[in-house]
Amino acid sequence: MSALDLQGNGKHMDLPVLTPKDFVSEQEVRWCPGCGDYSILKQVQAVLPELGVPRENIVFVSGIGCSSRFPYYMETFGIHSIHGRAAAIATGLKVARPDLDVWIVGGDGDLLSIGGNHMLHLLRRNLNVNVLLFNNEIYGLTKGQYSPTSPTGFVTKSSPYGTVDYPINPLAFALGAGGTFIARTMDRDVKHLREMLKRAHAHKGTSFLEIYQNCVIFNDGAFEDFTGKDVKAENDLFLEHGKPLVFGKNNDKGIKLFGLKPIVVDLTLPNVSKDDLWIHDEHDRTKADILTRFFDEPGSEHYMPRPFGVFYSEARFCYEDALIDQIQHATEKGEGDLDALLRGKETWTVA
Amino acid sequence: MSEVKNRPLHVETKQDVTILFAGDSGDGMQLTGTQFSETTAILGNDLNTFPNYPAEIRAPAGTLAGVSGFQVQFGSKEIFTPGDKIDVLVAMNAAALKANLKFLKEGKIIIANVDGFDEKNLQLANCKTNPLTDGSLTKYHVYAIEIGKLTRMALEGTGLGTKEIDRSKNMFVLGLLFWLYNRPLDYTIKSIREKFKKKPEIAEANIKALQAGYSYGDATEIFTTRYEVRKAQLPAGTYRHIMGNQATAYGLIAASKKSGLPLFLGSYPITPASDILHELSKHKNFGVKTFQAEDEIAAMCAAIGAAYGGHLAATSTSGPGMDLKEEAIGLAVSLELPIVIIDVQRGGPSTGLPTKTEQSDLLMAMFGRHGESPVPIIAANSPADCFNAVFEAARLAVEFMTPVICLTDGYIANGAEPWRFPTTSELPDFKVKFAAPRNPNDPPFLPYKRKENGAREWAIPGTKGLEHRVGGLEKQHETGNISYDGENHELMTKLRAEKVEKIANAIPLQTIDNGTTKGKLLVLGWGSTYGSIKTAVRDLRDEGYDVSHAHLTYLNPFPKNLGELIYNFDKVLIPELNMGQLSRLIREKFLVPAVQFNKVQGMPFTVSELKEKIIATLNQKEK
Repeated sequence: MSALDLQGNGKHMDLPVLTPKDFVSEQEVRWCPGCGDYSILKQVQAVLPELGVPRENIVFVSGIGCSSRFPYYMETFGIHSIHGRAAAIATGLKVARPDLDVWIVGGDGDLLSIGGNHMLHLLRRNLNVNVLLFNNEIYGLTKGQYSPTSPTGFVTKSSPYGTVDYPINPLAFALGAGGTFIARTMDRDVKHLREMLKRAHAHKGTSFLEIYQNCVIFNDGAFEDFTGKDVKAENDLFLEHGKPLVFGKNNDKGIKLFGLKPIVVDLTLPNVSKDDLWIHDEHDRTKADILTRFFDEPGSEHYMPRPFGVFYSEARFCYEDALIDQIQHATEKGEGDLDALLRGKETWTVA
Repeated sequence: MSEVKNRPLHVETKQDVTILFAGDSGDGMQLTGTQFSETTAILGNDLNTFPNYPAEIRAPAGTLAGVSGFQVQFGSKEIFTPGDKIDVLVAMNAAALKANLKFLKEGKIIIANVDGFDEKNLQLANCKTNPLTDGSLTKYHVYAIEIGKLTRMALEGTGLGTKEIDRSKNMFVLGLLFWLYNRPLDYTIKSIREKFKKKPEIAEANIKALQAGYSYGDATEIFTTRYEVRKAQLPAGTYRHIMGNQATAYGLIAASKKSGLPLFLGSYPITPASDILHELSKHKNFGVKTFQAEDEIAAMCAAIGAAYGGHLAATSTSGPGMDLKEEAIGLAVSLELPIVIIDVQRGGPSTGLPTKTEQSDLLMAMFGRHGESPVPIIAANSPADCFNAVFEAARLAVEFMTPVICLTDGYIANGAEPWRFPTTSELPDFKVKFAAPRNPNDPPFLPYKRKENGAREWAIPGTKGLEHRVGGLEKQHETGNISYDGENHELMTKLRAEKVEKIANAIPLQTIDNGTTKGKLLVLGWGSTYGSIKTAVRDLRDEGYDVSHAHLTYLNPFPKNLGELIYNFDKVLIPELNMGQLSRLIREKFLVPAVQFNKVQGMPFTVSELKEKIIATLNQKEK
């Protein structure tokens, strides 16, 4: 046992120091060998002990899908619910119990297809919860149909001639829905993943973290262009608040804004300086909008590197706080009197 | 009020009177009827109301489709229905008269607004000639009054525009009816002032119109009779006026107090259930959390989340919303969490008749989910009874850790009646005990270990040592771990069913509402048909028929003695506002040849059609 100052008020609470092992449930993990979910599970279990939240106050809520088995593997409270509805269940839970640390876990099908509507409304209401979107661009649990994030033309069991669906851009969607924290990371970069998990948790409001996750069976290598050791540096752009947008193996490329148009510049040229580059500002909504549009496939004509990190964060009131404020305000004027309510304004007596 | 000259006035005493206020959906007939009813209730009459309005907010003015009606029956005896046929038809235009004349008793009163019978209105109502002048209404007492014109005269000089003045003509009519039935204006004046607090000039205009209507009755010589309806001999106690949806909302608040749990309502607006959401959202000082969800599914799912967190959770909806919630209700069955699901039934299928009543969701409540997914069902039988039904649903939900469906319908949800309201101390407590925290050395927590009544413990997040996972996948007995084992699934299926069956031990035995415990015919009803059946059976028993009435509140499970009670009668007749849903359940469960009586016209049963059916059933020889 050691003393932790959780509330930062100097009052030390005696809490056992938890280790990642304390967050491992007895359930046997049943994902396919090599699945990206293992890495995410491990990093979540690694990060939770550092957050200082009592284990019994943590709830993982999921819908249906491979990744939605996640809560069963966590030694916390958890609900494995029905397809697409995790956001709605988490909303009710958080409104009832703002004291809880609520995490929503789900795949691209669960959170953006059948559950897309709930996700939209969760984001605009800005409940203080964390959303981990495991994006693998495929339906895994149903054995390989295209998902709403699959690229057009993708050949799957349900699209033998290639899909004719145009894919959703998850972060542009989240930002458009009024999300207050938008970030992207990947299963294979565990350091970045851990950092993003911590950032997501630290944000007050709905944190939307998209995680590129490899489905080893039905869509292996979908994100190889962004996660592969050899190509990552050339294709990815790691965002850091207050720092210029620089990428490339030798940090030799930068992004500059011409008006609202981003262009890639070669930093090795004599007349190009880092001082001219776009400086990342997490609180700039317009720039975040442009960053979410860095969404072309590598090799395409106007390819901009795929950004990872925190695109956007904004301090905005949370739904549950506003609701509780209203209740407190109403209660200050006098707590409800049930007898007075039942009696109403006008009564009459029969002898 | 203007000087009143004395004239010979005949005062006639009535036992009961039925008035129908009918006009365009924009004419304010609902408000007029409500005001008349509330004043009448306060005077001590028993009453029952039936608002009947089109689904469109502003259906084409002047047309038959746009007619909105508010029917009230009040009397000096106990009143259980809004009345089969009407004694006074207030018709604000030709369409209102045409649509409702068939309900008017012969020799009774029509109060017609002459201004609503001009050429345009006649044309819109498809009248070739003017019924007020073509001699077609000779069977009735017609009072043709220029209500629009008189209202304009009364409000001359108020500075209001014609449009605003015309909106007050319903108050003129109300004033006139108050005069005719000798009721005071003060209650309505008070409500008008409250309603238009921010627009005092509108308030004063309405009050002026109301008083003008009253004075008109007093001054004009066309009325030679005034009516008196004495106080009703109701059971002793203090009463108030209550509407069904309001009673439902109050029932939930009361259940929250009595269980010691904060109330959460997840809801999505839908006719005719939205008033529950409206009402509850007003009462934040009771700690009520209302959540207007993005859809019906989210409303139910949010309730599941709140229940998981330890709140008294509810959702309110109507048929189409129930369709959407069913998957999540199945989840609540599997998670074994307490949730009150209120279905204010309306005509179906699909969008059906949104503003009209029906009792056609019983089988859906019973069987509407995939898999073996039993849910307890309770039904309210009158506007005031919505309070009891939802309170009881909440009690059973938390006691048995299960979702409970509470059925009301458009008729009682929007209807009103006097209510001998309970005091807080009269209501039973059902304080909830959550699962207790555990130490690391305690044996592992078993989330699906059952108590004697079959319910599991309510283990809420934030409780030390109770970390566990629940979900929609089949779970192992006691541990709650995922299990695909066939025998375990059968065991869990049986345990869930047994738990619901055990509720029969926690509810009262079925009683006979009126009549004998043995006899020729039992009329078995459920839900909102209570008033009509009660009245029909009472009347027929007075006439010497051997008929009794029992009314079900508990539909799943049935009270333990229901079979025995039915077997004591030669025949059982089941009237329902559906195509025979309770009949199916009764036949299947008790193997009796229940006689059906069904109606799906969006309207409650009339007493006379029930009487006819009862007599016919009594007279029918066994084959």
